[in-house]
Parts: sequence; C-alpha cells; structure tokens
Amino acid sequence: MELAGVLNYLVGFFIMVGIYGIFSLGLNVQWGFTGLFNAGIAGFFALGAYTTALLTTPAPDAAQVEDFIFGGNLAGLPYLDWGIDFWFILSLAAVALVCGIVAYAVGRLTLRLSGDYLAIATLGIAEAVRLMFLNEKWIANGSKGLYRIPEFLGDLVSPANYDYLFLVVVLVVLALLYLAVQRVVNSPWGRVLRAIREDEVAAQSSGKDVYSFKLQAFILGGIIMGIGGALYAHHVRFISPITFDPLLATFVIWAMLMVGGSGNNRGALLGAFVVWGIWSGTQFLPWFFADPNFRFFMIGVLIVGVILIRPGGILGETRRVSRVVGASSHTPVKEGGNPKE
Amino acid sequence: MTRPLETRLSPLSRLAGPIRRQWSPGHTTVAIVLAALAIGLLPFVHMGLVVNGVFLGAIIALGAVGLTLIYGILHFANFAHGDYMTMGAYVALFLTASFFPWLGVTSDGFGPFTFGFTLLIALPVAAIVVIAGAILLDRFVYRRLRDRGVSDLFMSMSSMGVAIALRGLVQMIWGGDIETYPRESKQVFHLPMDVRIPPDAIFIALMAVALVVTVYLVLTRTRIGKAMRATADNPELALVSGIGTRGVTWWTWGIGAALAATAGVLLAVFQGQLLPIMGWKFLIPVFSAVILGGIGNPYGALAAAFAIGVTSEVSTQWMNPSYKPAVAFAMMIAVLLIRPKGLFTMAGSGR
Amino acid sequence: MALLEVSAVVSGYGQTEILHGVSLTIDDGEIVTIIGPNGCGKSTLMKTVAGLVNVWDGTVNFRGKDISSTPPEQIARTGLCFVPQTRNVFPTLSIRENLEMGAFLRKDDFTWRIEEMYRFFPDLALDPGRRAGSLSGGQRQMLAIARALMLDPTLILLDEPFAGLAPAMVYLVLDRVLEINRSGVSVLLVEQNARQALSVSNRGYVLVSGENRLEDKGSALLDNPEVSRLYLGG
Repeated sequence: MELAGVLNYLVGFFIMVGIYGIFSLGLNVQWGFTGLFNAGIAGFFALGAYTTALLTTPAPDAAQVEDFIFGGNLAGLPYLDWGIDFWFILSLAAVALVCGIVAYAVGRLTLRLSGDYLAIATLGIAEAVRLMFLNEKWIANGSKGLYRIPEFLGDLVSPANYDYLFLVVVLVVLALLYLAVQRVVNSPWGRVLRAIREDEVAAQSSGKDVYSFKLQAFILGGIIMGIGGALYAHHVRFISPITFDPLLATFVIWAMLMVGGSGNNRGALLGAFVVWGIWSGTQFLPWFFADPNFRFFMIGVLIVGVILIRPGGILGETRRVSRVVGASSHTPVKEGGNPKE
Repeated sequence: MTRPLETRLSPLSRLAGPIRRQWSPGHTTVAIVLAALAIGLLPFVHMGLVVNGVFLGAIIALGAVGLTLIYGILHFANFAHGDYMTMGAYVALFLTASFFPWLGVTSDGFGPFTFGFTLLIALPVAAIVVIAGAILLDRFVYRRLRDRGVSDLFMSMSSMGVAIALRGLVQMIWGGDIETYPRESKQVFHLPMDVRIPPDAIFIALMAVALVVTVYLVLTRTRIGKAMRATADNPELALVSGIGTRGVTWWTWGIGAALAATAGVLLAVFQGQLLPIMGWKFLIPVFSAVILGGIGNPYGALAAAFAIGVTSEVSTQWMNPSYKPAVAFAMMIAVLLIRPKGLFTMAGSGR
Repeated sequence: MALLEVSAVVSGYGQTEILHGVSLTIDDGEIVTIIGPNGCGKSTLMKTVAGLVNVWDGTVNFRGKDISSTPPEQIARTGLCFVPQTRNVFPTLSIRENLEMGAFLRKDDFTWRIEEMYRFFPDLALDPGRRAGSLSGGQRQMLAIARALMLDPTLILLDEPFAGLAPAMVYLVLDRVLEINRSGVSVLLVEQNARQALSVSNRGYVLVSGENRLEDKGSALLDNPEVSRLYLGG
C-alpha cells in the first residue's frame, strides 16, 4: 500500500476511534462514575444519528421511491438559509435535547429501583427505537435508511480530502467533551456521583438526593452518546436501522470502557483506541480470526475477561481503594461462605 | 426493636400457602378497568390470535420462571438467559439435523407433529448440555465474582458479556443463516370461531405445563427446593442453618438452564426456524414477564408470561407484527409506572 | 478445656475493623452473657463466631478445633448454632418448613425432633402450615430458637432474643432458654439491657468499642455499681 492509502486508512481509523471515544466517555459518566448500567447505548446512538440526519438531509426524492415525509433539509429553507454549517451546530443542540428527554424519561421510571431495572429498560428502549425507525417508514425511510447526509464544512475542502477535516472536527468535539466531563467529575458534583456508586445508602444518609444525582448523570451521559451518534451519521453519511445493531452500537462500547478502565476518562479513550484497533485489526488476520462471528465472540470474552482478571481495566481509576478489590483485600474470603453484601 | 420481617420479604416462594394481598383501592380500580377492557375487546379480537398468544405465553413462561428463580436466589439479572435458550435450540438442531442422521436415524413428521421423534430425544440432551454449560459458567465466572464480593450489577454485566460470547459461538459454529429442524408440513386442527391450532402447539403447551408443574413440585415438596426458597428468603440464615450455597446455586442454574433450553427448542418449533439472535430478542418479553410478575416470584412470572403472550399476539391485529417485543416492553413500562414492584407482589414486599 | 474459646479476635466489615482483639470462653453447660452499649460489636462477635464475618486475626476454637476459617454452613455441622437478632426465620416458608430447614444437615428421619419442638414450644404446633412471616414477635423468636435446636447443638448463640418482646413473653422465652440449658446445651447470650439475662448467667462479659472491658460472674456484674450505671440503665 502506498503512503497515501495508509494515511487515508489511518484517518478513517482515528475518526472511528474518536467517535467511539465519545460514546465511551458518555458511558463512563453513567457507569464509570455513577454505576448506572445502560444496556441500550444503541438507542441513544440511533436517536442522535437520526435526529441530525433528519434535520439536515435533503427532502425525499420521489424518483428514489423514498417513503419518509419530513425531509429535514432545514438548511434549504429560503428564509433560514444560513448554510448547512450553522444547521449542523443547531442540530447537535436538537440531538442533545432529544437524547436528554429520552434519558430523563427512562431515568425517571427506573432510577429509583435497583440497578437492573435501568439495564432492562434501556435494553427495551434501544429495541423500541430500532423497531420504530424500521417500521415507521414515514419517519425515516424504514429499512432503506437515510443517505445523502451532508458533510459539515464540506465546502472548505475537496471531497477527497474531507476526512482530514472531519477528523479535526471529531477531535475538537472529543476534546471539548473530555475537558467538560473531566471538569464535571472532579467537581463536588462528581464526588457525589462516586459516593453514590460506592455506597448508595451512605450517600443517601448523608443527605444527598441520590435519585436526582443519578438522573442528572444519566441524562448527561445520554446527551454525550447522542452527540457521538450525530458525528457518526455525518461521517458515514448513510444510516439505517441495521447500523444500530447492539453489537457495534452497544457491546463494543462496553468492551472499550471496561478494557480502558471505567472511572477514568483517559482510560475510556484508550479503550476506544485499543478495542477498535483489535476490532479492525483482526480483519487482516488469516483463517477464522477474520470471521466477524469470531470477533463477536471475542468482544464477549473481552468483557467477561476484564471483569474477572483486571476489573479496573488497563488504566483503572486513580484513587485510594479499587471498588471491586476493596471488598476483599483485607482478608481472603471463605470459600462459599461469603454472605450477600 | 425488631423490624417487621414482611418488609424484607423476598417474593420467591410465595408457595407456602395463600397470602393476603394488600390491594389499595387505586390498584383495584386499575385491575377492574384492565379486566373490563380485556373483556370488552374480546368480541373484536380474533380468537386465533388469543390462542396463539397462549402458546407463545407458555414459551415465555418457561424462560421467565427460570429467570425469576435465578434473580431471586442469585440476586442478579441474567442477561445471558436468552442465549441459553438459543444454545438449547441449536444443540437440538445439531442432534436432529446432523448427529442422528449420521447415525442413520432420520425422522420428521412424527405423529401429528411437524418434527421427528428424534427431537424428543434431542430435547433432554440439549437441556443437559445447557445445564452443564450454565454450571461451568457459574464455576468459572460467577462464583469467582461472588467470592470476590462484587456488586450484583457486576454480575449482570458479566452475564451480558457471556450472552455476547455465546451468540458469537453459535454464529461461529452454525453461521448466521436461518435453520430449521427436519420437518414435514402437517394439517392444522380447525376449531370453531376460525381458530386454527397447529399440532406442534399442543406439544408446546403440554411440555410447558409438565415442566411448570415439575418445578412447582420441586420447590414445594423436595428438600433442595425448600432450601432454594429458604436461600431466596434469607441467605445468611440459610448459611447458618447449614444450607450450603453451592448446592442451591447449582440447582438454581440447573432448573433455570433446563427450562431455558426447553423454551429455546419449543420457540424454534413454534416459529418454524432458528436464528442465532432468537434468544436475545426473546429476552425482552421474558424480562417483561419477570418484572410484571414481581422479581423472584415464579407464580407472578407465570401469569405475566401469559398476559404478555396474549397481548402481544393480539396486538398484531392492529399493529405490525414486528412490534411484538415493543408491546411486551410497553407493558413492562406501564407496570413500572403504576406498580414498580410488579403486579403480583404483596404491598411492601420486594427488594 | 473450654467448649468455645475466642482469643484476641479481630474482625469487621469491608475496610472497617469492629472487633479489636476480643477474647472469651464458655465451658460446657454454662450460660454466658455479653453486655455492652449499642454498637460495641456484640452482634459482630456473634456473626464472627458463627462464620458469617471473616476472622482477620486471632482464633476461634470450638470443641478443641479451630473454626476461624470454616464457612458458616460447616460450623453448623459441628454443633454450634446461631440465632440472629433480626431476620431469624424464613418468612415465606411455613413453620414446619422452617424447622425442616433447621434440620437441613440431618441425614436421619427428624420428624420426632419436630414433634419435640412442637411440645417444647406449643405455640408452634397450633398451625404448622402458617407462614413464619405472619407470626408475632414472640412466636417468631420461639421458631428461630427451635430452628437452631433442630441440629441438636452443643452450643447455641442467641443475639438479643428478648429485644422488642412484651415482658410476659420475655419471661416465657427466658424460661425456655433455661430449659434448653438444663438439657445440656451451653448458651451464649448477647443483650443490651440484660438484667434478666445476667441474673441467670454463670458469667458475663462487658464489651466496649470492640474490646473486652470486664469479665465476672453474672451476679457480680449485676452488683457492680459501675456496670449497673453505665450498661444496665441505672
């Protein structure tokens, strides 16, 4: 492969790492810092991608037998013709709003109950969102999906070099989100989140409104995921319900956070890099390693393996006691005699 | 002062005898309205769909009773339960479509059914394979986590990892395409009111009833079954009474896995096809039944499974059939709104 | 040799050390009471002996064998049975099933033992199919003790068996405990306000902040004005 080809591949690779890094960060806010088990990242991913796509994509084309009715293309409206780039920013705000509202609804319903309820509810929401986009053709063209999603700042560079520009866009958004999350989790607010994750009862008895803090963290994480989904839509420029298969839209992200180190934002980004590297690297391997089904299997083993062998991930959280090891570090636990906590 | 124990009840093993349910007037109203709605809708509903829903409910029930037992005793949501179902279905596929023919035994269209008698042999074998797999997974994954004292949520999370790995395994071995058991088309039974019952459905219903009755008898009549209920009630007291965790854990996985494997085979028969994703997709109705029935309560799961089966089948009269899991999910959400601890739990109980 | 010998035991939950080296002994046939203020580690001591809380340091010897690293379900087998203060029955199981669970480790036909318990606590015989969760406080305490007796223990640990009971019920349960002791079972009692308990005890210990403070004959502790003032409510 010549240099330009390698470079192009690397740019594409790092765009994906950057986008997955955003999801991983969002999940870190929910799970890493607050201990909220979101099993339906795909739902927020899809909502983010579809929201921005619907707002910016050109109107349906009768010649293409497109079924959806709301063509979006707000940028094309004569009296609001401020260009696609303005609408891009605005649509990110809309994404945040939509994902925030959905996260609020799910959280309100389940965050007062034990953690598994949230996991089950998010799982269901992700599937419901997928089914809605699949069956309600009038919303977003059903299984044919939305294409011709415009590029942000597409006029600035030639289409051949656009990926370089988009990489910068992704990295800027990622950096902003990283700094914001970093700041937020190190604030007193973030300390409360970690206190809740460690011991909900203790946090409650020290007078914190645990439910409200969890709700806020869940919404923040959901918004970040939605933004990741929006960038994804503008990158691949084609989305359909198949895009949001739980494997690539939920499980891979979990593997990233667990591998990198939950509770550590640098870990979340490192995990995105490592796991996406493994994911896209294995396709060059010989024999069955390149089998997508093997990679599927591998993601599952990776999640279980990290929990079993190195619960903190590669980087782990920088703090006094590790959450998992702490419980038994003082003394070996008796075989079979460990009462429920 | 001693705290009243009722507030700490685990809802499993409501089996000891009738209990007083403390319905508040609000809930009674809701129940009456729902019942009236159901009866009022009946004339407009295609009876065939209701009957179909009962059969679907039977399969959901097999999954949900096992899942709720695991939830009540081991205290975590087993996200791999659907994939235990898939495993069961595919092991039976291997036996009926590859292994038995290799031995020279082929069979389809046994009696009135579409499948061959080999499936009747394959079913218990599949159950045993899945039981063994579940116990091995407990030994090498969940027990290590329990011994380390991790939170219940970490257990759920690793079960999600297990679910992905199992599905990957199925896809690696069998590929992602649609498969079917060796089958032969058969006449369906025609009943009045335009109800058609495929003979396979009778088999499904009989299997489900037999297994649920068996589980009931195990839980109420046997030493280990009572020990399981005791552990769900009060794990510490069970330990100091000399009830070892290991035996109870293994039996819980054993019963749950056997029910799941059977549910998987029956689902494949019911749908007439196997797909690696079948179990994962079935997780939503199964979890909905567990939550609707009150986590840890096998009776509740049973009743809720039929409610979900019938409702989601009947919904296809007006809605796209692919919305069935969403209907199950919507029922769960509705319950979370009205009565978060499930419809079939006592007031003040739960975890 | 003492039946139970706890020496310099350190234990606690998670990272928190509750007991900082507690020692006590019980001889065959004794009733021993531990008293102390709220949060002094009495219940933790009981759970540590029963194996529910890990021993970090020190030893627990029961009938000459070190049980400090034995899991709780094995400890029950050795003849040491524990009745927790709260959550001491299986609420959704019937009375009879509770007793059957108490006898989980018995290999013989234990129906006679259940009948014996019905005679010993006639309240339990009224309706053996009744769910334990619906029993009154006193009945529940009786069931909890009966469950622990199913294994024919040599030592029974009772964690605040009289807490929250009506005075008449206290005497009833106390009478049963003495009867159990007369049949040859040693008894280790934990009590917060423990005049009755001390008055029937051979010896007593005062536990403060996870450490031994005093040890004496039961009656001597009752007569000790300081103990009386500080730990027995005046």
